[in-house]
Parts: sequence; C-alpha cells; structure tokens
Amino acid sequence: MSPASARPRVGLFATCLVDLFRPSVGFAAAKLLEDAGCEVLVPPQTCCGQPAFNSGDRVTARDLALQVMDAFSGCDYIVAPSGSCTGQMVKHFPELFDEPQLAMRARAFAGKTFELVSFLTDVLKVTSVEATYEGRVTYHDSCSGLRELGIQSQPRALLATVKGLELVEMKESDVCCGFGGTFAAKYGEISDAIVTKKTAHVSESGAPLLLAGDLGCLMNMAGKITRQSKQIEVRHVAEVLAGMCDEPPIAARKEMRR
Amino acid sequence: MTLHPTTPGFKDNAHQALRDPELQKALGHVQQGFIYKRQSAVERLPEFENLREAARDLKDHVLKHLDLYLETYERNVIASGGQVHFARTSAEACETIVNICKSHGAKSVTKGKSMVSEEIGLNGAIEAAGMQAVETDLGEYIIQLRGETPSHIIAPAVHLTKEQVEVDFRRVHTHLEPARDLSEPVQLLTEARGVLRQKFLDADVGITGANFLVAETGSSIIVTNEGNGDLTQSLPRVHIVIASIEKIVPTLEDAILLLRVLARSATGQDMSVYTTLSTGPRRAEDPDGPEHYHVVLVDNGRSAMLGTEFEDMLRCIRCGACMNHCPVYHAIGGHAYGWVYPGPMGAVLTPSLIGVEKGGHLPNASTFCGRCESVCPVKIPLPKLMRHWREREFERHLTPAVQRYGLKIWGFFAKNPGLYSLATRAAMTTLAWLGRDKGRFTSLPLAKGWTDYRDLPSPQGDTFQAQWRKRQKEARR
Ligand code: SF4
Repeated sequence: MSPASARPRVGLFATCLVDLFRPSVGFAAAKLLEDAGCEVLVPPQTCCGQPAFNSGDRVTARDLALQVMDAFSGCDYIVAPSGSCTGQMVKHFPELFDEPQLAMRARAFAGKTFELVSFLTDVLKVTSVEATYEGRVTYHDSCSGLRELGIQSQPRALLATVKGLELVEMKESDVCCGFGGTFAAKYGEISDAIVTKKTAHVSESGAPLLLAGDLGCLMNMAGKITRQSKQIEVRHVAEVLAGMCDEPPIAARKEMRR
Repeated sequence: MTLHPTTPGFKDNAHQALRDPELQKALGHVQQGFIYKRQSAVERLPEFENLREAARDLKDHVLKHLDLYLETYERNVIASGGQVHFARTSAEACETIVNICKSHGAKSVTKGKSMVSEEIGLNGAIEAAGMQAVETDLGEYIIQLRGETPSHIIAPAVHLTKEQVEVDFRRVHTHLEPARDLSEPVQLLTEARGVLRQKFLDADVGITGANFLVAETGSSIIVTNEGNGDLTQSLPRVHIVIASIEKIVPTLEDAILLLRVLARSATGQDMSVYTTLSTGPRRAEDPDGPEHYHVVLVDNGRSAMLGTEFEDMLRCIRCGACMNHCPVYHAIGGHAYGWVYPGPMGAVLTPSLIGVEKGGHLPNASTFCGRCESVCPVKIPLPKLMRHWREREFERHLTPAVQRYGLKIWGFFAKNPGLYSLATRAAMTTLAWLGRDKGRFTSLPLAKGWTDYRDLPSPQGDTFQAQWRKRQKEARR
C-alpha cells in the first residue's frame, strides 16, 4: 500500500470488451471498489494480449503483457471484472518470459492482480454489498475464473447479501458456454451447439436473469438468448452487486428494461 | 497401413456430426454417465488428488529414464521366455506382427482392445496378409461389424445407440431368430459372447494391448470389464502384446498407483472387473497359456516428443476422462476428429503423430475451458499443449491468412493506446448508433462466424476509458 494514503490504490483493468461494449460494468466495478475503501485508477489500457497468446502469437502477447505491466506499475493492486483476462495476467504473463528479470517482474505483477469479486471477498474481506434486486437469478461459472482462479463460492456469497435476490442454480453451471474467444467465430457451428445446451439449462432454471463474471461469455449467451427469442435478461454480476442495473441488459433493447 | 486421417476436413466432419440425430442421441449418454460416475468415485477416495500428483511424478520419472526401463523390461521378458521387438514406425510394427503370425501358420487372430493397434492399422495389415482378425471387446466387435473406427478410446462404440447395434447384429448374425429379444445391452452382449466363443477356440494367435508394462518383472497388464482379454491371451498358441513405449512403469507397486487412478477416471469404477498380468509363455507347471510370447514395442513418433514441450503428453494413460468432460467432444463425438485419438488428448497427440499440417484443426478447436486438465489423472496441461501447437502453426505460417492479418491489425492498434483509443471510440460510437434500436446486431458483415448463430450485442456508446476520463474531469471542476 502506498504510504501517502491509507486507501489501497487499485488499478482497474476494465478489459477490452468492457471498455468497448459495456462501460457500465467498468463503472459498477469502480463503485464496488470505492465502496470497499479503494482509490480507483484507470490507466490508459488496451488489451491483456490473450487473443494473441491463444492464437499462438507469443511475440505480440509479450509486448502487450509488458505494456500492461508498465501502465499499472504505480498500483498496489490490479483488478479486472473478468476471470479470463485475470487468468491471462496471473497465470500466463509469467509463462511468457524466460528472462529472469522479466519473469520475476511478471510473477510480482501476477501476485497483486485479482479478479474483481474474489478481490472484494478474499483480499478486502467484504462480506456483504449494499444492493437490492427483486427476483430470481442464475449464475454461470466462466471457465477461466473457475478453473484457473478457483472462483465459485465468492460471487455466490456476495449475491446472497443482495436484498430481494434469490439465486437458483442451473444444471451444469460449471460447463463451458462455448465462447472460447476466437473459437466462437472460427468454429461457430460447434460453439453454437455448446451455447444452445447452455441456454437450455438457463431456461430450465426458471430464473429471468442470467449473471456471470466475464463479458465474453455473457455476450455469447446473451446473443444466443435473444436469437432464440427467450425472455431472459443477461448482466455482468458486478452490475447487480453494485446495484447498477439502469442500463438495458446485454443485447436487449431499451424497453426490455425491468 | 495406417488409417487415413480426415482431420483436414474437421469442420465438415463436425458439420455432419451435428446433424446426425442418432449420434446426438448417443452422445447424450457420454455427458451424463461418465461424468457422474467419475465424480462419485473421486469423492469416495479422499487421497485422489494426491494420487494424481504421485501419478504425474511417476510418469515424469519414467519418461526421463525411458531407455533404462525399456532395457530392464526387455531383459525380464527374455528371462521369462518371451521375445521383444522394437518397431520404429507403424509399418514396421505391422510387418513384425504379420511375420510372427505367418511363422506360426496362423489363419485366425483374436484381438483384445488396443488403441495402438488402431493407430498402426493392424487389422488391415493382418487381413491383407490373408488372415482373419477378430475383435473380441464388445465395442470393438460392434464397430468391426460396421467397418468403423473407434470414436472413443475406452468406449469404441459410444457413438451408437443400442437400436443401431441390434440392426447390425441381425444383419450379420444370420442365425438369429427374428423373435429373439435383443433390446437390452446385456442381451447383445450374450449374443456376441456366443459368437465369439468359437472364435476364441479357433484362434491361432491372440493379440492384446497393454495398459502397463512392468519393467521389474517383464509383465504386461491389461484391464477389461468383459474378460475377453483373458481368453484372447490364454487360449491361442501365440500371445502377442502390442504397446507403445511410454506404457512402461518401473515396478508392480507403480502399476498399482496408476491402476488406482485409471478406472476411477475412466468409468468411475474403483477397479476394472478384470486386471490381468501376463509374464512370458506358459511354464511347464502352468495348466494353460500360450506357447509363445512376443512383445512389440511401438515408437511411431513418440521418442521424438521426448525433451520437447509435448513430452507431458506421453504421461497419458488413456483413461478417456478428458473427452468425457469435453464440451467439443460432447457436441461432435469422436469420429469428427478424423483420426484414431479424439477429444483433448487427440488434439495434442494427433498433430504429434500425423503432423500439424494435417492435424492442425484439432488444437484450435478448443474453447480452452480447462475441464480436461482438471480431471486428467496424470495432470497433463492439455490446453497449454494445444496452445503450443497453435504457436508452432503461427511460427510456420500455417494459421489461416484471415486470422493472421486480423491479428496483425488488432495487434498494431493494441500496442498503440493513443491510436487504439481514437479508433475504438469512433467504431463503438458508430456501432452503438447503428444498434441503438435493437441493442444488438443480427448480422454483421465482418462478424459472420458470430452472427450466423447468435446476435452480437451492440456497444453502449463511447468507450469506458473515454467516459471515465470525462467524469474525472467533471469531478475536478
Ligand atoms: S490425457 Fe489425461 S484424461 Fe485424457 S486420456 Fe490421457 S490420461 Fe486420460
């Protein structure tokens, strides 16, 4: 923690999808962090480099990893509203560098980088949020957050403190939604088969609102749900936890607002 | 005569598979049965996680000293009266086996289930040499009747429904009374057993695979649930074990460690029904057993994986858990992968064995959900190894051009935050304006791979960073 202030300086890595498609998630994340006593900074940023890394382009992945580490060097913590991008920064940045100095730097960076919800619960020891949501919701465990970072109980624990909210579990909430980054476009037909199973499970749960912690997965599921004309809303979990559900749900028109 | 890969046509294969209603029905069983059974087996064994680590370390140790253990194994097979043959390629392996069969004047060969025999195309080679090869594992027997290859490494006929199998049995087993009830799997098994009994007795040579080869004793170990392997290896005059080189373990104790994780990961059993050891030919005091005992050790590209980033893959004990937990396998089944090994393990192994030029789709056709790695009993980092293939493809310019250029342009902007901000702000505000009524796009020219199947949510407006800076400025005022 920096000596000048008692509040931890948290660099918000919005993730490129939130930056471009759904800024409201970034503001929800900032509110949650500020409510928990953090000073939030948003250094100029683009992308964590995961698309390059997963496409086999290590050189670009390295360049972007260095760019992120430079941009956030003045922060006590780096926090992202995404298990997938956090997984890239925590698990994969250190794999990108063979040079001892850089590898050490990447490991140190990884050590202070967290996914938003688990940062609130595990680091800041937040046990409840000030938010209200009347109705039932179901939660999808995005793969990287779940399997790379062990995020499963944390969002459920905080959702349980949202007034009026009832969490109903869908079947196979821990199974992939078929997004997989560029996979969704490269192997669209297979991805479609996977997301179709997922939205069926969402429907069966009976919850009118689907939540998850990764915008990529959310855009995939929301895009399928609207294509199937299902009456289910889709939002990032941070929006509900922050009590910021004023914007229309993902992929929904304005009048669909509850 | 190795199976000709259709892997380059993976997308077409997948397309067909997704439109095959019988296949889709059969795949439903994979998603339900295997996963639940493994989960409950794991929950019954508190030390399972520790065993996975021990299993990983054991296999890593063996791979570091593979030459040593292979030599020890060979010595001990010879000491027990058997012979060991090393085959560098599938062709050499087939030739060796065919020659052994011929030298014993064999006409009929029974076979236990063996994936490496599928890999080298052994049945074709045996038949081309004028002998009959009879698969004795029920699943293998079924697909042999149908002229198919396995679609799963432990459940070769998992792509079929029992109704389809009944039709095949009635077609081939012409002695069947039309009134005979074959609607239940156990009735199909009884019928197959009846037909196979004579084949077991007639066989001159029995070929089995090996789950493990034990260096200290020169034994091979197979696990089965039908007992067909035992009859295959003990009734004929000649027993041939075919195994790939990485099946070696140092001691019986080590084999037991792996057996403890194998069945639990594969079928959710604590142990398979039969665990059978064979060590050399029958001894004078043995009541039965083969007169001749041969082991054919197949390399076929494996030693070239040692010392590379793909060495981890050689830990695989072929349990099938990775495919049982794979959303892509669940969607398209095993045949779409186009060669012997499907699912996540196939996505790593296939390019190693047939070349990434032909096998390149497989490591790309993964969401990297990581469920395979989380269940693998020897902790193979399957997504990481698939990514290594993507890296090789990228280095060698095998990645499709559209994707390469797309990445290049995106990379250029991503590395220039100033330009990136200008470009994305312009793009997002335009898109947001275009999508303002519906909140989504049902079709977008550059994103057809996406919008053919689902809508693309439209952006909310200006970028988060731009809005954030604006608010900061206003707050300061
Ligand atoms: S890769 Fe692992 S999970 Fe897959 S078959 Fe091999 S041992 Fe089993």
